[in-house]
Amino acid sequence: MASTVPDLKVAPPPRELEREPLVANNRSIGWISDRVAGIVEGKTPMWWWMAFIPSALGAAVLGAMLLYQISVGVGVWGNQHPVMWGWDIINFVWWIGIGHAGTLISAILCLLRQRWRTAVNRAAEAMTIFAVMCAGIYPALHVGRVWFDWWLFPIPTANAIWPQFRSPLMWDVFAVSTYFTVSALFWYVGLVPDLAVMRDRARTKIRKFAYGLFALGWTGSNRHWSNYEKAYLILAGLSTPLVLSVHSIVSLDFAVSQVPGWHTTIFPPYFVAGAIFSGFGMVLTLLVPLRQMLKLEDIITMRHIDLMCKVTLATGSIVAYAYGMEFFIAWYSGSEYERFAFINRAIGPYAWGYWAMIICNTIVPQIFWFKRFRNNLAIVFIASILVNIGMWFERFVIIVISLHRDYLPSSWGYFIPTPVDILTYLGTFGMFFTLFLLFLRFLPMIAISEVKAVTPQADPHHPAGGAKGGHH
Amino acid sequence: MSDIFPKWTNRLPLKIAIGALVVAGTLTAGITYYLTPAYGRVGYQPIQPVPFSHEIHAGQLGIDCRYCHDAVEKSWFSNIPSATTCLNCHNQVLKDDSRLELIRDSAKTGKPVPWVQIHKVPDYVYFNHAVHVNRGVSCVECHGKVNHMDEVRQEKSFTMSFCLDCHRDPAQHIRHPKDVYNLDLEISPEEQKKMGTKFVHDWNVQSLQNCSACHR
Repeated sequence: MASTVPDLKVAPPPRELEREPLVANNRSIGWISDRVAGIVEGKTPMWWWMAFIPSALGAAVLGAMLLYQISVGVGVWGNQHPVMWGWDIINFVWWIGIGHAGTLISAILCLLRQRWRTAVNRAAEAMTIFAVMCAGIYPALHVGRVWFDWWLFPIPTANAIWPQFRSPLMWDVFAVSTYFTVSALFWYVGLVPDLAVMRDRARTKIRKFAYGLFALGWTGSNRHWSNYEKAYLILAGLSTPLVLSVHSIVSLDFAVSQVPGWHTTIFPPYFVAGAIFSGFGMVLTLLVPLRQMLKLEDIITMRHIDLMCKVTLATGSIVAYAYGMEFFIAWYSGSEYERFAFINRAIGPYAWGYWAMIICNTIVPQIFWFKRFRNNLAIVFIASILVNIGMWFERFVIIVISLHRDYLPSSWGYFIPTPVDILTYLGTFGMFFTLFLLFLRFLPMIAISEVKAVTPQADPHHPAGGAKGGHH
Repeated sequence: MSDIFPKWTNRLPLKIAIGALVVAGTLTAGITYYLTPAYGRVGYQPIQPVPFSHEIHAGQLGIDCRYCHDAVEKSWFSNIPSATTCLNCHNQVLKDDSRLELIRDSAKTGKPVPWVQIHKVPDYVYFNHAVHVNRGVSCVECHGKVNHMDEVRQEKSFTMSFCLDCHRDPAQHIRHPKDVYNLDLEISPEEQKKMGTKFVHDWNVQSLQNCSACHR
């Protein structure tokens, strides 16, 4: 009977229809392990120290500024009537927005089976966690009496009162802390197989112990993989709504109030799009130089950069649409206060901030319609930085411009940040990059096992892959 | 892996988890018990400069609270009487007693007796005595049965939840105005509920729970 089975060999598709492989240059599975683990195992490069020392100094400045703010009070910031939310909330929203790319890449793209995510998800998730940490500083400290922060949590106390559950600021506490917890768990679970790789390759006792401790006894058995895949999928499912909920809730801090310029229903989707936009901006800012410095061009390929530019373009266009729609609704509402708020954005005393936002967020990403620009790393890098400058100005526009013209002209003011504001913000960069550089130095920045799964060799239908020759 | 971690470490996570639970539980219980006002304040009974006995004056002799604390119905503050109030009687009774030395001095010089304050709410709390006693909140609700205390001690916790217990359910705590200064009044729960509900309705007593009711 076997002799009657026809030959099922089908000719491979024409070359021009083939997608670019996710790991370039036909790199072997062993090469991937060596290259990624080598970043951690090799000698500390000079550029790492040159980046780390200023970052650590910046983090120290942050510590000093926070200590100063705690001991003296919120008055050291530029927050003044009528602009009672200043750089603290701008930077909170900015950092938390940046965090969104990590979760989007790790959760939503996982569920959508976008295989290209594997090369960037680990670094993007690390970015998310560190960005959320930077973000969390601001709301925790802007309350003034930080030692009462625990009142934000619903704990039964002698005061016999609960936090105000009707306040979106309260929802923020839950949204952000949930987001941080789930992101950190997701990141860690994904790390476990790679930590085992690091453990097995480790040569020193300390490394063996440290990686071994966090690898949780991973042996790579079938049962381990099966449990791992289940846990990963569950966490991806849990994180997916968080991508949408966290920034929606952050936007409700504004939208639930009745300040003209804030009180709009478009805020939640508009904030989520903006968050993903800025998050991808930050991922590109980090990965474009890193792939070169760490020689990861074959893993984070030009196709990856190209795809991330497209996400940036898509979300940037949503943001641009939202800017236009906000203006339309302000006019359409017939409310003179709404109209004033928006006209004041464009031609008021802060018009420079508004136009900086418009240029960076709506015009700059449009260059990514062209493959020529998506493939030019210098342009991608500069554009990604401009995106984040633009997104900072978006929060500045929303918060400061909406507040500085109060209902009573006698209360009108002009917000000026203090040096403490500026140094605190710069300090959060120090903290962010300190953590990120430590991450690069001590943890595999690419999901080794996952990248192996998307190589052509792992694809049974690919000429290079499959169970040929009896091995598997 | 056996070369990194010996076998006994397999049970370590469980042990650490149980240990952490025990430590956290003990800490929570300890803080709840020892570091809250219910423990820290109740029973406070400082030594007063003059051994004045509320039990004798308010209990045995039956002097009305308002004889000495005469501003309580008119003022936010229930005043400590001046020494001359004491001497209304004590210029006849025990007029040469050495224990009253300080009182006589104070009446002569006008320098107040340095009584030690026992019942105190924080500076950010606004408490008005007049409003409470005029709407049927008896002294006993906050101060306990002072008429049975030789020297006064703090009986109630004075936590925020203590205030809120009443503010959330005034009907359980208000009585007929004539009984406000009758610290020994016994009243059945059914009667309290009936009368309390009636007074809440008749006097339009509001369950004030907004922050600025007390924190102004």
